[in-house]
Amino acid sequence: MIDDYTLKKEYGVIIRPGDINSRGQGSPAADKESAMDVVLLSRIQFGFTVAYHILFPAFTIGLASWLAVVEWRWLATGKKVYEDVYRMWVKIFAVTFGMGVVSGVVLAYQFGTNWSVFADKVGSMIGPMLGFEVLTAFFLEASFLGIMLFGMDRVSPKMHFAATIIVACGTVLSAFWILSANSWMQTPGGYAIDADGGLYPVNWLEVILNPSFPYRFVHMVVAAYLTTAFVVGGVSAYYLWRRRHEPQARIMFGMAMIMAIFVAPLQPFIGDRHGLNTLTYQPAKVSAIEGAWETKRGAPLRLFAWPEQAEGRNKYVLEIPKLSSLILTHSWDGEVRGLKSWPKDDWPPVAPVFFAFRAMVGLGILMALTGLIAIVLFFRKRLFDTRWFQWWCMALTPAGFLAVVSGWIVTEVGRQPYVAYGLLRTSEAASPVAGSHVAVTLAAFIICYLFIFGAGSYYILHLIAKGPGKPEEETYGTHGVRKPPLLTDLGSEPEPDQGGSHV
Amino acid sequence: MFSFTTFLDLPLIWFALIILAIFLYVILDGFDLGVGILFPFAPSEKCRDRMMNSIAPFWDGNETWLVLGGGGLFAAFPLAYAVLMPALYIPVIVMLLGLAFRGVAFEFRFKAAGTTRKLWDWSFNVGSLVAAFCQGLFLGTCIQGIKVQGRSFAGSGFEWLSGFSIMTGLALVCGYALLGSTWLIMKTEDDTQQWARRCAKVFLVLVAAFMILVSLGTPLINPGIKQFWFSRPNILYLFPLPLFAAGILAFLWLDLRQGREYRPFFLSLGLFLMNYLGLGVSLWPWLVPYAITYRQAAAAPQSQALLLIGAAVCLPVILAYQAFSYFVFRGKTSDEGFY
Repeated sequence: MIDDYTLKKEYGVIIRPGDINSRGQGSPAADKESAMDVVLLSRIQFGFTVAYHILFPAFTIGLASWLAVVEWRWLATGKKVYEDVYRMWVKIFAVTFGMGVVSGVVLAYQFGTNWSVFADKVGSMIGPMLGFEVLTAFFLEASFLGIMLFGMDRVSPKMHFAATIIVACGTVLSAFWILSANSWMQTPGGYAIDADGGLYPVNWLEVILNPSFPYRFVHMVVAAYLTTAFVVGGVSAYYLWRRRHEPQARIMFGMAMIMAIFVAPLQPFIGDRHGLNTLTYQPAKVSAIEGAWETKRGAPLRLFAWPEQAEGRNKYVLEIPKLSSLILTHSWDGEVRGLKSWPKDDWPPVAPVFFAFRAMVGLGILMALTGLIAIVLFFRKRLFDTRWFQWWCMALTPAGFLAVVSGWIVTEVGRQPYVAYGLLRTSEAASPVAGSHVAVTLAAFIICYLFIFGAGSYYILHLIAKGPGKPEEETYGTHGVRKPPLLTDLGSEPEPDQGGSHV
Repeated sequence: MFSFTTFLDLPLIWFALIILAIFLYVILDGFDLGVGILFPFAPSEKCRDRMMNSIAPFWDGNETWLVLGGGGLFAAFPLAYAVLMPALYIPVIVMLLGLAFRGVAFEFRFKAAGTTRKLWDWSFNVGSLVAAFCQGLFLGTCIQGIKVQGRSFAGSGFEWLSGFSIMTGLALVCGYALLGSTWLIMKTEDDTQQWARRCAKVFLVLVAAFMILVSLGTPLINPGIKQFWFSRPNILYLFPLPLFAAGILAFLWLDLRQGREYRPFFLSLGLFLMNYLGLGVSLWPWLVPYAITYRQAAAAPQSQALLLIGAAVCLPVILAYQAFSYFVFRGKTSDEGFY
């Protein structure tokens, strides 16, 4: 009786057997020129919203794990300094996590709003991975975050510690699924194509553990840990430099430097493995990274150049002979493939990939160098009072964020012109929506996000200015006189003592 | 590759799960969006603090059902996702921005002082209102039907802007406000509770009026639904639905007059359930109304099967720990700052 709906005729929407099978056809009304606009605007919008979003997980993945360690030290030693550190950073975590959640929800919908052909074609492949992310990670974080933030009075310390650990695991699990889905777009595996051009899975292990996933996952989680370490390091360096909150600052600075010493030098090796994997599966991306147009034996490493995409050559080149071949092929005379060995249609935009890669590597080297300096200072027993090193760490506070965003530009712009590498072109994947609609929403995203980001940063800076511990307990000098208000504290009302009831 | 297709009707199971996720989203985020809608009308600043604190530990978990609705639709019915999202392009993105403004307000408001605090009060209120209204627009647009050609949305992109969908938008705003006010009756005391009770009465009347309007409007714009409801023997099976709804409305009114604290909230949930069921049977079996059924939209069986394993393991656990979270924060809420 339901099939008797007469209104189907009114809407002209009866599905004929042939109709539903013709995948990948946008609205016939949209002519080619406006379709180009839609693709370009949709790319800018997706790039902007996803780059904005990644700033928050890049910080919270590391912060959650670090907070778990701090709480563990607090429970194990009972020392108040750990409690102070925990209570300060959990507030910053809450603000960051909140912004991460609201910008993450947007992404769950943008595949459909802006890339509906992509969603239709590969939904059976990456849909389940995004579904698993929500089921295993998103709910876990969201539900236990409430206990972590507001539950200190209501549950036992052990239960609270468990909540912190669960939130930390949730963030890493979330990264696992998202990076698996992203890596599948880079190096698709475990699929087959049906008669209508849609993809369906044939081997889940090959889908989830696709060739680039293990490298990308490790690279990103380590990057997230380093991002957090350098933020914590920079903030505590500021306290040490100002000689404020010294007991807590030493704890934070020490822990951050442990990460810088032991983890930062690992990242270049992980990145190298990741790069060699890319060379196998996405060689054109590597050629763009190298700025290599012509195929060459003994290819040089270009430190700087100005890639001219249209002419297929570089200007203003500064290069080290043969080094590129050595890095990529582990031989002085190895062959490095140039972009001209592919049709021009298959070239990614070279300049953004080329420059972003150099920014990422440069920042990575600075971070690894920080670890080296820290270890030298540690053995000279000057780690906590070397003034120039405090400046150095303050300057590197945003290093992790910049490196993460640069790295994502390399991998995502390098994936072009495909949205699913080798399978579906970005130009064919966009939704049948009007360019004007995308232009309006893009403007709305930019305005709203900048406003929210500005406010969030302001509150985080405020929390940093306030520092760990209670302001009442701070004394000025050695006379027990209350400290005069700092410039950064002006303009805010004095905080009443909240009895330590909540974090 | 496993797919369970020999003994399980996967599209039907996933259809049921998505319907369940959307319903849980509607009632759970419904009450906290409702609190946001009522926010500027609260009698005092203390009262506003109390309102905010009553939902602060839950909103994030509640909103996650929306992510599951979107993510689940993408995974289990990619075709429906690929048609509905472009069809609802503007309201979806406006809703997401609304949710962003209200989501950050929870954190920012507790940290702000003086006039900036007012700013986040407004951000919380307007964000909630906009999100609720947009969700009502989705509902109206779906009842009107969506134009599809081949596997793509084929409309102008402005179908969501009609008298009917604006009415469903307002109806959902009032519905959420009713949920929010009965939640506050349950979670607060004294002034806040008395004020919430007055709000609940107002919104109960409005909700009853909108229910009548939407129930009349839906068969009018849609002959198929009219035929479905008013033909025999369906009318006999479906008759109890409006009857139960009317009964719940009456009990709710009495409870509000008698000053009950807990039952009004659960009766409001019941009211939402009745409306949801009524809509559900009207729109069955369409996932993209009147163009694509849940069977046509289904993902590859292997994909639905894999995710079903995940859902079978995770959903009970999720429900258990969400219940645990509500248990931890049970009882009346105070107005003390968390920070």
